[in-house]
Amino acid sequence: MAERSFAKEVQKLKQGEGDTFTGEGILAITKALLENGVGYVGGYQGSPISHLMDVLADAEEILSELGVHFEASASEATATAMLAASVHYPIRGAVTYKSVVGTNVASDALSNLASGGVTGGALIIVGEDYGEGSSIMQERTYAFAMKSQVWMLDPRPNLPAIVKAVGDGFELSEVSNTPVMLQVGIRSCHVHGHFEARDNKRPPMTVSDALENPARKLDRIVLPPATYLHEEEKLTKRLPAAQKFVLDRAINERFGTPGSKVGLILQGGTYNTVIRALNRLGLADLYGDTEMDMLVLNCVYPLVDSQIMAFCEGKDAVLIIEEGQPNYIEQQIAHMLYKAGKSVKLEGKGMLPMGGEYTGQVMVDGLGAFLSDYAAEMLPVAKLAANEDPIAIPDLSKILPARPPGFCTGCPERPIFAATKLVEEELGEHHISSDIGCHLFSIMPPFDLGATTMGYGLGPASAAAFHNENKKGRRSISFVGDGGFWHNGLTSSVGNAVFNKSDNVIVIVDNFYSAATGGQDILSSRATNKTKQTQNSIVEACKGMGVKWIRQIDRTYDVTKLRDTLKEALTTEEEGPKVIVASSECMLNKQRRVKPELAKAAKDGKRVVRPRFGVDEDICTGDHACMRLSGCPSLSVKDTGDPLRDDPVAAIDQTCVGCGNCGEVADAAVLCPSFFQAEIVSNPSAGEKRRARRSQKIISWLQSRRDAKRVAFA
Amino acid sequence: MTIQANPIVARRSPGPDGEKVITLAALAVGGQGGGVLTNWIVAVAEANGYRAQSTSVAGVAQRTGATIYYVEMCRDTGRAPVFSLSPSIGDVDILIASELMEGGRAIMRGFVTPGRTTLITSTHRIAAVSEKINPGDGRVDGADVVEAMGIAADHVVAFDMETVAKKAGSVISSSLLGALAGSGALPFPRDSFEDVIRGSGRGVEASLRAFGDAYEIAKGTKPAPRPEEATAPVVPVLHVPQKLAAKWAALEARVAALPDEVRDMTALGLKKVVDYQDVAYGSDYLDMVEKMAALDAAPFDLSVNAAKYCARALCYDDLLRVADIKTRASRFERVKDEVVVKDDQVLMLTEYFHPRFEEFTTTLPKSMGKWLQRRKGIEAFYTKHFDKGRRIRTDSLRGFMMLWVVSSLRPIRRTLLRHESEMAHVTAWFNTAIEVAKTDPALASEVLANYRLIKGYSDTHARGLSKFARVMGALDLLKGRDDAADWMRRLRVAALDDVKGDKLDGALATVKSFAG
Repeated sequence: MAERSFAKEVQKLKQGEGDTFTGEGILAITKALLENGVGYVGGYQGSPISHLMDVLADAEEILSELGVHFEASASEATATAMLAASVHYPIRGAVTYKSVVGTNVASDALSNLASGGVTGGALIIVGEDYGEGSSIMQERTYAFAMKSQVWMLDPRPNLPAIVKAVGDGFELSEVSNTPVMLQVGIRSCHVHGHFEARDNKRPPMTVSDALENPARKLDRIVLPPATYLHEEEKLTKRLPAAQKFVLDRAINERFGTPGSKVGLILQGGTYNTVIRALNRLGLADLYGDTEMDMLVLNCVYPLVDSQIMAFCEGKDAVLIIEEGQPNYIEQQIAHMLYKAGKSVKLEGKGMLPMGGEYTGQVMVDGLGAFLSDYAAEMLPVAKLAANEDPIAIPDLSKILPARPPGFCTGCPERPIFAATKLVEEELGEHHISSDIGCHLFSIMPPFDLGATTMGYGLGPASAAAFHNENKKGRRSISFVGDGGFWHNGLTSSVGNAVFNKSDNVIVIVDNFYSAATGGQDILSSRATNKTKQTQNSIVEACKGMGVKWIRQIDRTYDVTKLRDTLKEALTTEEEGPKVIVASSECMLNKQRRVKPELAKAAKDGKRVVRPRFGVDEDICTGDHACMRLSGCPSLSVKDTGDPLRDDPVAAIDQTCVGCGNCGEVADAAVLCPSFFQAEIVSNPSAGEKRRARRSQKIISWLQSRRDAKRVAFA
Repeated sequence: MTIQANPIVARRSPGPDGEKVITLAALAVGGQGGGVLTNWIVAVAEANGYRAQSTSVAGVAQRTGATIYYVEMCRDTGRAPVFSLSPSIGDVDILIASELMEGGRAIMRGFVTPGRTTLITSTHRIAAVSEKINPGDGRVDGADVVEAMGIAADHVVAFDMETVAKKAGSVISSSLLGALAGSGALPFPRDSFEDVIRGSGRGVEASLRAFGDAYEIAKGTKPAPRPEEATAPVVPVLHVPQKLAAKWAALEARVAALPDEVRDMTALGLKKVVDYQDVAYGSDYLDMVEKMAALDAAPFDLSVNAAKYCARALCYDDLLRVADIKTRASRFERVKDEVVVKDDQVLMLTEYFHPRFEEFTTTLPKSMGKWLQRRKGIEAFYTKHFDKGRRIRTDSLRGFMMLWVVSSLRPIRRTLLRHESEMAHVTAWFNTAIEVAKTDPALASEVLANYRLIKGYSDTHARGLSKFARVMGALDLLKGRDDAADWMRRLRVAALDDVKGDKLDGALATVKSFAG
């Protein structure tokens, strides 16, 4: 993290016994790791767990004091492989990533780790990006837990519960020799709350200690015949040990009045929503006091059969509240009940929707339906009948414009796609493969570019099948960001294209950071970083991979050059993949860095130039072609107030950072001359001021001379 | 209907001591400071002896997308309430929206409930990309949203909080907080809000000003800033030198002789045309308007359109025009004002030009221009060596003089190649309108309005011309029909609506199907 400081958050990590920690859920987890004597931490950034990584990256002082090793892993697979340090050594380790996408990448290492098992506690904190506002495909991490047999915690979404789960997770991992996933939802990660802090703990054995005293146990290594024994051990030792721990330590919680006729079994993560729904149905108070019999699964995998059976005993009906699909938990419980010949009615999906986030209204409806069917007497009469006439609210869905996320003001990726649009105008449409990262917004208007995204660093790989028999025919264009490139694109995409003699075009969008996840440094970042080796060249890496045709563009705002380079790549007769590395700094991070520097320089009396763009509204004809090649938030439409004109004209507001895209696009696309660049010079030199004054004088004289001779607007 | 009447009435029940959870959701456009606002609200609640919890789905680092922040709070009775992590349909007490359409989105999502929700929304607009990229006017009319607010909300606090913040030198989070405090929806005193702002450390004075103004407006003790539409358009002042005063007065007299309804538009058009070229050109313009008015009767819609579109047609966008505007004193003042240049600062101005062979030759006298256009070798040479972007520094003498020289060609504009082709086009169009006006004034009015399709420069201009030609091409099919004017209008709207012209193709096909 070059451009943002997390010093304030780092201070919170120093808190100890007697302090009350205040902050976000993900920061509470970070603190809890230190309180539980973690020995090393790794991970790959991504919403909603980036914050954990960002803060630890700035917390070098605390970490070295405690003897904790932290690193920003190259990928989720790297992070999970890192947990190998807990295989033979009694060291607690934790890694974190966004799920389900991160878990997908990690799954090779995860299977190996899970098979051999661990000695020290191994915790995988998965930021589950599911439901409203999610940025990824809707799948469950639960499947990974089941197939690899790693345990999964899903604590109630409040800070004390989440913090407790970190400690529980390490212990559970150790008693059962199994890695444990701690699942936290996107809202739990961002929830603001408090918990009572404890002192940070130095790990009993550090990774340095381990290096000095190497150890290996043959039975933990994943190689036949040990693998057969691992499976046996999972079933006969690790699973029972985990189930015993869950029972002994009362990881799962009971609320409400035991023995009532109906009951709920729910994931810990849904607890607050369930309580709110019960409260709205008149069945729980603000504090969660309720008569409803509830089994809250803070450990969602493994389930403990005896606990479930005991809960269901004597009940007429049980509702399983399980978010996401397939309904793995419901299936397991159904299986248990069926085998035991029980007649309790099991409800779950059906009463509740099959998929999607269980939001407040969904929960009210689902619980209402369940209770109406099985315990109507519990529902207060007032809740059963509508006593308010519904008011018809006009339907606005046809009117409201969609507002999908897009490129920031001054984003250096915008001109890349403007250039692509211009090339397509000339050479026709092409098959375009996209990748994960900010550049994926090219899919949206105004660019409407890109047909598929197949995963991080896999943009060019997803164009692999497109081999044109006609050497002079069209080629595909694929995009990959610098983040995706280093994550996995170098081998899976570029290496693959070289090896298979692909003729397609690959554009590597290099903005100096892993920008979409918050601006973390990566291998090719230009900043110097105390703890990382940065400034590794993407071009050199590609050449090392065997790329022959490669072009580096150092200023993406040069739309004309980009357009011409792209055109050359699409038409050159040279064989092999054509790689264009388009580099300019992420504007969001650049502004964070440059703004304070410039403000200080201006204050100190140094010459500072602040660029901004503008539009001459008398020249703009209101066609908006510029916006169809931009979409910049600072470039918008405004009324002229002139009755002679029908259409609004282009206007640039105060948020313009003067990136130059408007002028460059107007030039490359030969749009119109209404754009101008204004550069405001603070503390100009004496000579500069003199020259400006002199020109101004002559210009004014010319202007007044002309105005005296014609009828014109003043 | 997006909001279904729910058979189960599901209102929150209060605690044993009567304490209630207050739910507050804020819908913001990324980059508007929704996070700051949320932190302030939590701090105010905690300072007033409440427990509070906030969450957000901030997504990734990108701006411009819609983001939801959610806060719950409850008077502290010593026990931790179970707060919910996301807003629920029909269960939001206070909804804050930082832009008009986001307020509408909150209603659509069911977060604004009659008899319950206080809706606090700024009424300013941030156009979405889909609104900006329309070749005509793609902006959504907010009237329906404003109307829906009145129906859906229990209490509405709506004014332009962006302008309030800007005037105070602050950002919208401050004025939103002020409107929240002033709405009375939270049981917290004004000074507790102000203390929190003071504690935040940065830009405190400006934030407090914006907060205070918005507070007063929400309370109703201060008027809200007037919406932009309501403010009268700036009437440009025309400077008439003494020598030309008599000629100008003669033109004004001709305007005064026109029917009432036509006068205003013609006066504007005349100023524009004279400013563009000279007094004689203004006379040509009035000839056209008068000709049309002679064929017209009350309410003179046809003549008003003639006044409007003839002015635009005569003031075509050529290099001279651009150079003229870019070198005017008033333009330098406007730019300085817009980009905020202080006295001790120096302004550098760079103009972006890209004159192609086409523009070069049409800016030459007719015969020379035509001769050059026939020489493919010269065109190739030009394209190779001169067809590229030019950056001209108009703050420097050298750059200014380049444009000054071009703009000085104005007196001989009538002899240039571009003028010839433009006038041929304008005359054909105007004569067509005159011809049509004799039998169908409504259709003639639409024919005039079709000039709206011609705009832009180079390719954009060419595309506009071709759309214009295609729409006008339907004239023969439509003439004589009762609904001719309506169809002509529809064709134009279709042409304006998308870039590729698919909608126009469809509309033309329809016309052909019934009239062909």
